[in-house]
Amino acid sequence: MAEKFVKQYKTVHFNLNGNDVERSVDVRASLTDMLRNDFRMTSVKKGCEVGECGACNVLIDGEAFNSCIYLAVWAEGKHIRTLEGLLGPDGEMSDIQQAFIDEAAIQCGFCTPGFILTAVEILETGKEYTDAELRKLLSGHLCRCTGYENILRAVKKTMYKRLGKAMPE
Amino acid sequence: MYDMKALYEAGSVDEAVALRVAHPDAQIIAGGSDVLVQMREGKRAGAELISIYGIDALRGVSQEADGTLRIGSLTSFSHITKDPLIQQYINVLGEAVDQVGGPQIRNIGTIGGNTCNGVTSADSASTLFAWDAIVELTGPDGVRRQPIHDFYLKAGKVDLHPGEIQTAILIPKESYENTFGHYIKYAMRNAMDIATLGTSVNVRLSADKKTVERTRIAFGVAGPVPLRAATAEQTANGQPVSQELAEAFSQAVKADINPRDSWRASRDFRMHIAVESAKRAFIESVRLAGGEL
Ligand SMILES: Cc1cc2nc3c(=O)[nH]c(=O)nc-3n(C[C@H](O)[C@H](O)[C@H](O)COP(=O)(O)OP(=O)(O)OC[C@H]3O[C@@H](n4cnc5c(N)ncnc54)[C@H](O)[C@@H]3O)c2cc1C
Ligand code: FES
Ligand code: FES
Repeated sequence: MAEKFVKQYKTVHFNLNGNDVERSVDVRASLTDMLRNDFRMTSVKKGCEVGECGACNVLIDGEAFNSCIYLAVWAEGKHIRTLEGLLGPDGEMSDIQQAFIDEAAIQCGFCTPGFILTAVEILETGKEYTDAELRKLLSGHLCRCTGYENILRAVKKTMYKRLGKAMPE
Repeated sequence: MYDMKALYEAGSVDEAVALRVAHPDAQIIAGGSDVLVQMREGKRAGAELISIYGIDALRGVSQEADGTLRIGSLTSFSHITKDPLIQQYINVLGEAVDQVGGPQIRNIGTIGGNTCNGVTSADSASTLFAWDAIVELTGPDGVRRQPIHDFYLKAGKVDLHPGEIQTAILIPKESYENTFGHYIKYAMRNAMDIATLGTSVNVRLSADKKTVERTRIAFGVAGPVPLRAATAEQTANGQPVSQELAEAFSQAVKADINPRDSWRASRDFRMHIAVESAKRAFIESVRLAGGEL
C-alpha cells in the first residue's frame, strides 16, 4: 500500500504584476491555487479546472496560460500578469477594460478577466487582425452570457484605437 | 491542489534520466495538459511526478549539419507554428498543431507530450507519420533514434524504455526536401475539439511539376494508432498529376484503413471523410508544390 503522504514545499520566486515576490508553496498547488490563496488575485477564476474554459487565464512571460493546469512551482523566475496588474496607479481602468464595459461585453463577469488577458496578449503584438483571426485567438474562452459578439467588438475596437486607425464598418 | 504523492523536478536531461532511474514508478510531466487533467479526473491520482517542464535545453527548433530538422520535445505548439525553420521546410506541421485545442493549450502543450501519450487523435501525429519523423530517446544507456512508426506500440502505449525520456523529434532532409503537405482536421467544432479524423498528405513533384515523384499520407483516428495508407501511396507514386489521380488515390485509402464506431462518429462516416479528406489534402499539396490539376 501507499506510504504515508509527506507534505512537500518549495520556495518560488517570481514577478507578479511588476513586483518581485517569493512564497513557500505546497508542490501540489496549481498556479490558480497560489495566485488566489497566497496573493488574493481573485480575478483568477476557478471554472472547469481542466483547461477547457479559460476563466483562470493569466499571462506568463507575455503568453496566455490556463493557470488551473499549470503547477505553482513552475512560476519560478517567470513574469506573471493578472487582471489586477492592468489598473493604473490610482485604480484607473485600462482601455481594454473600458471597452468591455462600453460594448456590454460583460454580464456576470466570470469569464471577463480571462478574456481580457488574452486580449492583452493579442493587442500587445501590435498587429492588425481580421475578424476570423480574432475569433480564433479568442476561442480558448467560454462565455455563457454574452454570445461573444460584444467581446469580439470590444477587442476589435481597442485594436483599431491602439493602431490609430478608424474601425471599418 | 492536485492529488500527487511527490514531485521531482529535473533541470537537465541528465537529471531527468537519473530521476527516472531512481523513481521507476513516477510519471513524466511535460506541459501537463494531459497529465494534470487526468490527475484531476482521478486516473493518475496519487502518482509521483517527474517534471521535465524546466529543461529549457529541450525547447526550440534547429537544423543539424546534415540538414535534419531537430524539434526539441518541450517545444510548445505555438512556438512550432511561429518557427521560421518549420515555416520554411515543413509548414504543414505548424498548421496542424495550430489546430490543437485553443490558444492557451497551444502555449502549454508540447510536441513531446503529444507523441508520448500514444493517442491516435493527436494533431501532430499524422503529419509526423506522413513525414517519416524520427523520435530521439535519451536514457541511462545513451541516445537511441527510432522511426515514429515503431515508437507507437498500441493505443496509449509508446516504446519508452525504463529510465528514458523523449528528447527530440527529427525530420530528415530526404523527407522534407522539395516536399509540400496539407493537413485536414475534421472535428465537430472549429476550436477546442478533438479530431474525428486527421489526414496529412504530402507530395514531391518532378521538376516539370507534371509527375508525382512521391506521395505520403497518414491518418489519425483511422485505427488505434496513427497509420500510413500504403496502397494509396503506391497508387499515386510515379503517376502523372491529374484530377483522376486525386480520385484514384483517395479511393485507394479504403484498402488501408480500419476506423471504428465511437460516440464521436460511425465507422462509415469516418470512411467517407477519410476519402474526401485524402482527396482535398492531395489536391492542396499538389497545388502548394506548384502543380496544376
Ligand atoms: C482543453 C484541452 C484541449 C485539448 N485539445 C487537443 C487537440 O485539439 N488536439 C490534440 O492533439 N491534443 C489536445 N489536447 C491534449 C494535449 O494538450 C496534448 O496532447 C499535448 O500535446 C500534451 O502535451 P503536454 O506537454 O501537456 O503533455 P503532458 O500532459 O505533460 O504529458 C502527456 C504524456 O506524455 C508523457 N510525456 C510528455 N513528455 C514526455 C517526454 N519528453 N518524454 C517521455 N514522456 C513524455 C507524459 O508522461 C504523459 O503520459 C487538449 C488538452 C486540453 C486540456
Ligand atoms: S478553470 Fe482553468 S480553464 Fe477552466
Ligand atoms: S459574462 Fe458571464 S460567462 Fe461571460
